[in-house]
Amino acid sequence: MIKKFVVGSFEDEKVLFPAVKNVRRAGYKIHDVYTPFPVHGLDHALGLRETSLHTMGFIYGITGTSIAIGGMSWIFTTDWPLNIGGKPHFPLPAFIPIAFELTVLLSAVGMVWTYCWLNKMMPGVKKHHFSPRATDDAFVMVIECTDKTNEVELQSFLQNNGAIEINVQEAEEGWWFGRYDKDQKLYRTEEVSV
Amino acid sequence: MSLLKYESQLREPLVDGDKNYHQITEDIISPIEAKPTRLWWIGLSIAIALLIFGVYSVYREVVYGIGQWNLTRTVGWGWDITNFVWWIGIGHAGTLISAILLLFRQGWRTGVNRAAEAMTIFAVICAGQFPIFHMGRVWMGFFVFPYPNSRGPLWPNFNSALMWDVFAVSTYFTVSLLFWYTGLLPDLATVRDRAKTKFRKMFYGVASFGWTGSTKHWQRQESLALVLAGLATPLVLSVHTIVSMDFATSVIPGWHTTIFPPYFVAGAIFSGFAMVQSLLIITRKVLHLEEYITIGHIEAMNKVIVLTGSIVGCAYLTELFVAWYSGNTYEWWAFRENRVNIFSPYGWAYYGMMFCNVVSPQLFWSKKLRRNVLFTFFMAVLVNVGMWFERFVIIVTSIYRDYLPSSWTTYYSPSIWEIGFYLGTFGLFFTCYFLFAKYFPVIALSEIKAILKTSGENYKAKMTDQEKMDSEKFYIEEVEHAH
Repeated sequence: MIKKFVVGSFEDEKVLFPAVKNVRRAGYKIHDVYTPFPVHGLDHALGLRETSLHTMGFIYGITGTSIAIGGMSWIFTTDWPLNIGGKPHFPLPAFIPIAFELTVLLSAVGMVWTYCWLNKMMPGVKKHHFSPRATDDAFVMVIECTDKTNEVELQSFLQNNGAIEINVQEAEEGWWFGRYDKDQKLYRTEEVSV
Repeated sequence: MSLLKYESQLREPLVDGDKNYHQITEDIISPIEAKPTRLWWIGLSIAIALLIFGVYSVYREVVYGIGQWNLTRTVGWGWDITNFVWWIGIGHAGTLISAILLLFRQGWRTGVNRAAEAMTIFAVICAGQFPIFHMGRVWMGFFVFPYPNSRGPLWPNFNSALMWDVFAVSTYFTVSLLFWYTGLLPDLATVRDRAKTKFRKMFYGVASFGWTGSTKHWQRQESLALVLAGLATPLVLSVHTIVSMDFATSVIPGWHTTIFPPYFVAGAIFSGFAMVQSLLIITRKVLHLEEYITIGHIEAMNKVIVLTGSIVGCAYLTELFVAWYSGNTYEWWAFRENRVNIFSPYGWAYYGMMFCNVVSPQLFWSKKLRRNVLFTFFMAVLVNVGMWFERFVIIVTSIYRDYLPSSWTTYYSPSIWEIGFYLGTFGLFFTCYFLFAKYFPVIALSEIKAILKTSGENYKAKMTDQEKMDSEKFYIEEVEHAH
């Protein structure tokens, strides 16, 4: 969906945190803050809830354990009870290594898959980048405009709060399949009157 | 980690020089954007030449059979399994640095974890080749996987340590790869956003999965990294434990000991750190990264080497003592006659191992030597040679004289194709490493940026003022505003 955003870049976390607080207090809706590294506490400052990715990891892990123990037990006791040197058909201690490995494997693969799914990330995915400096040295605060937003006022508000670069962008907020070597724009361009 | 941007002056800075966020990006990414140097081409060519020789050696083994190797009646495992254990052990240091040191909140890991983890992945790839081609009929390799088949269905033996190994090594490889790559995504995005050429934009665009740096994504990224580290920590211990069980669960004198799991894990970390040292000492020099991989980093790794080296030495002596104390004739014979006896056919290997792994790392108790780059490099090579000897001693000296003395005449020495296979994995390893060092950020950019303001040299210098500050004032000015 195409939306209008006011983008302000900050160069210092020390300036960013009070700015986030002030912008939120003033009632503006922060679309996102793009940072070059994880800034601790920023998620709380933005009012984001804790991620439950680790819970998914636990669920995947338990699934792995169950598949391993269940599978090996079924194979050794029901499907094909093979006599291996007279050893028991249900040797639980001997199942532990494989059960552990499968727990870890499913948990890790599942979590990474979920992570990519939630973040809408995969090879070939393209998104609108508000500032190329967001992966280098700037903290880019993106504020979504509504009908009531006064852009000029908001820009000077950001400037007063320490933003270095401020601009207004119309952008697609979702993702699409695209290539970064092509200058693709899925958002509307200004019509030129002849 | 809190937002508190203060770290004691007593701690050595982890990033030297006057840096800011942009400078870090410049320093680490510009080698990727520059043309490859002649030195790089020469290195890559040598690696590829070795790789081709290795491929030919393996080709001979596959076409003419396992007889191309000098394995004998009693020595069924020779260089191949020695090399397997050696490579997989090397891999362990990468996971230790990236996972265990993450859980322990060791800041210095940020400078070395990316390269060390890449090393892990390449080492595990190399390790995997040996058991696969040792199968002989490698095209039947899929028999190891448990799946409903038309052979009965006949399932693999889940009681077997060798079967556990299949699961352990493949899980280890997958998890390491995922852990490494998810951490690499933000840094690849940095390369993408700086890219000038069409190819680079496309390549890093695809490789970075469309990473933006959104706060929510970072939050998930951190959660993912923490859980993966938590999973990888027991995993890495389990992998070498299971590798050691390949030996320990057998009834061969010299293998049948309960000390093997911890002893193998310590040895793995020991050899792995030595390999990380030798790779990074060259990498930091060639890519001019001395300010990120500092002498402090090298010293920290040397401390791990002296610790794990001492554990390994302790294990050697314990093993020897228990062989005697157990009163088991066969066990004691294997140690006394096949190893400790310097005039026995493989006595040289035992003493080579003892010297390289037990005696020489003790020199690292000296701080001066720990901080000497050239000496460290020399020691790292020595330790890797020693750890290769260790696996050779464990495998060959335990089985070249079996229970039947008429088989004893056989002296095992490798054929050219066995050696070629080993050299080939070196070729594979270094081909991968050269490509990685040229086209990927060797240092975790985002992680370095995250510690810059606590551990950067220029920021630490400013902390002198904070140290003089009244604690109440310090809290109000430096801590409270952040939250």
